Order: sequence, then structure tokens, then C-alpha cells
Amino acid sequence: MKYIKQFAIILVISFLGEAAGRFIPLPVPASIYGLIFMLGALRLGVFHCSAVKETSTFLIEIMPLMFIPAAAGLLTMKNIIKPVLLPYAVITAVSTVLVMVVAGRVTQAVIRRSQKRAEAEEHE
Amino acid sequence: MNDFVNASLFFGGAVSILAYGLGVLLQKKTKLAVCNPLLISICITILALALTRTEYSCYMKSAQYLSYLLTPATVCLAVPLYEQLSLLRDNWKAVLAGILSGVLTSLSCVFVLALVFKLSHKEYVTLLPKSITTAIGIGVSEKLGGYMSLTAAVIILTGIFGNVFAESVCRIFHITHPVAKGIAIGTASHAVGTAKAMEMGEIEGAMSSLSIVVSGLITVAGASLFAQFIQ
Repeated sequence: MKYIKQFAIILVISFLGEAAGRFIPLPVPASIYGLIFMLGALRLGVFHCSAVKETSTFLIEIMPLMFIPAAAGLLTMKNIIKPVLLPYAVITAVSTVLVMVVAGRVTQAVIRRSQKRAEAEEHE
Repeated sequence: MNDFVNASLFFGGAVSILAYGLGVLLQKKTKLAVCNPLLISICITILALALTRTEYSCYMKSAQYLSYLLTPATVCLAVPLYEQLSLLRDNWKAVLAGILSGVLTSLSCVFVLALVFKLSHKEYVTLLPKSITTAIGIGVSEKLGGYMSLTAAVIILTGIFGNVFAESVCRIFHITHPVAKGIAIGTASHAVGTAKAMEMGEIEGAMSSLSIVVSGLITVAGASLFAQFIQ
């Protein structure tokens, strides 16, 4: 019963997310609404974390598998990719690394600065 | 034989999962970042389709059930995020600053490189949503008048690239704090990168999940502004 209940909750929230995506005129997909609804439900205590824990851990663990079908679909796009291959490959590689470095270093710098400030306050 | 494979309801799913398993084994043996299970499984799947002369649409008849789970799985990302909520409360300024600077970097970098490569307006706006989750990204591309299927391809490639190189980039550029790692991976390479962040740790995974949502929403606004820079 445990897994049936857990999967039921997850699918109902996915369905609510789907409904929100359909009726709210923003370019936000069902999955993002669903994620926000799930977070809200947990935060408001509609159900406890343990009510979805095992099934959500399982789904997150197998998540990489879910990207394979779409990625294999790149095969069918080779004709539209070919003419822009070089610029697109360079832009994808460079910008992905750059974004990772900037986002990570900025986050880390702000965390360290506030940690130092907290320590300084303690010493006073 | 070929007719049977083309009509099979389990061939695509089995091939995808076996290919992934093989990728995990290869990575364990070689310990190389390029031997990434996701990358290897995609290559093997494409190869298997070519060798058995299976149409992609036939493969999708069974593989679609893997994709079907993507929305429920994304919804589940809220669970680890909820468990790290107090960490988020303590670091919200850093998190917001990190994601915002990441999105700005993404848009500016695409803009500058589009100038370098002299891309047309349509080719340029196709690339603007490259670092955000597919469903939002395609919507942005459509609104700005880009090539939607090309946007989908670039988003997937960005995700795979981020998934493969996340650990190396964090190591080389001394990104050591788990919150910073998560924000970096999620902002740069959305859900596909987040799958990697989840393997690295609970905090990394939770922060990466958060970045998918926040960077996606900021990009919706930012991309329409940047779209006007190249006419």
C-alpha cells in the first residue's frame, strides 16, 4: 500500500501542475508548477515528507534514464543541426562552463563573506 | 525480425536502460568524466537504432514511458529541496546572487558569441534559453520566434555537457561549497545537470533543483530583453 499511496500523491500533484500549466497563460511547464505545489504542500503540512519519500527517492535516482529518449532524438535532427554545428557547439560549450563558474563562484563568495561577518560579530 | 523490433513495446525501454547500465560499468572501470553513463547510453542507443534499422518513432513507442516519468520526477525534486529549506533560508542572498549572475552570464555570453559568429536574429534567439529546462526553453524560443526544435537540441546538449563536466569544472575552478556547487550545476545545465548534482550529494541536488525553477523564471524575462540586442 505504501508505494501506491506515495505514487498516487505524486501523480495527483503532477496532474494539478498540468492543469496549472494549461490554464495559466505563462510559458511555465507542468513540471515546474508541480514542483512548486509539492513544496507548498510539504511546507503547509498537507502531508509529511515520509508520505512521498521512498517513491520520490526512486524517481529521482532513475531520472537520468528519462533523458535518454529525447537525447536519442537528436539523431532525427541532424539535418537542422548540421548548418549551424560549429558556432552552436562553441557557444554551448563556452557558455555552459562560464555560467557554471560564475554562478558557483558568486554563490561561494557571498556565503564566505557573510560567514566572515558572522564570525567578526561573535568576536566583538 | 526487423518488423518485430519495430513493433516491440519493450525494445526501446530495454535498450535505453541496458545502455545506461553499461555506461555505469564503463565509468566505474575507467573513472573518466567522458565515460559518463548518460552520454554513453545515448551513444549506444543511437548506435543500436542504426544497427537494427529501427525508426526513432518506433523506438519512442516504448521509450516514451521513460520520458513520461519526467514530470513526476521533477515534481519529486521538491522533496530534497524541502529537506534543505533551512539551509536555503540561511543562504538565500548567496543563492539568489549566484543564480542571477549565472543567468546574466548565460544571456551575455550567447549575445557576445552570436556577434562573433555573426548569427542572424533567429539563430540568436534560438540559443538564448539554452541553459534552462526544456519545457520553459521551448516556450521562450517560440515566443521570441526562434527555431524551436533546434532550441530543444541545444538545451539537451547543454544538459549533457554540464552533466559530463560538472565535477571537473567545480574542481578546476575551486567551487567547493556544496551550496555553490548545486547552484552552479543547476543554473548552467538544468535538470540533466541536476541528475549529476543529486549523485554528488543531497545539498548539491536540492540547490540544483531550486536553480532550475529560479533560473528558468528569470530567463523568461531576461531573454525577451536580450532578444532585442541583435536584429
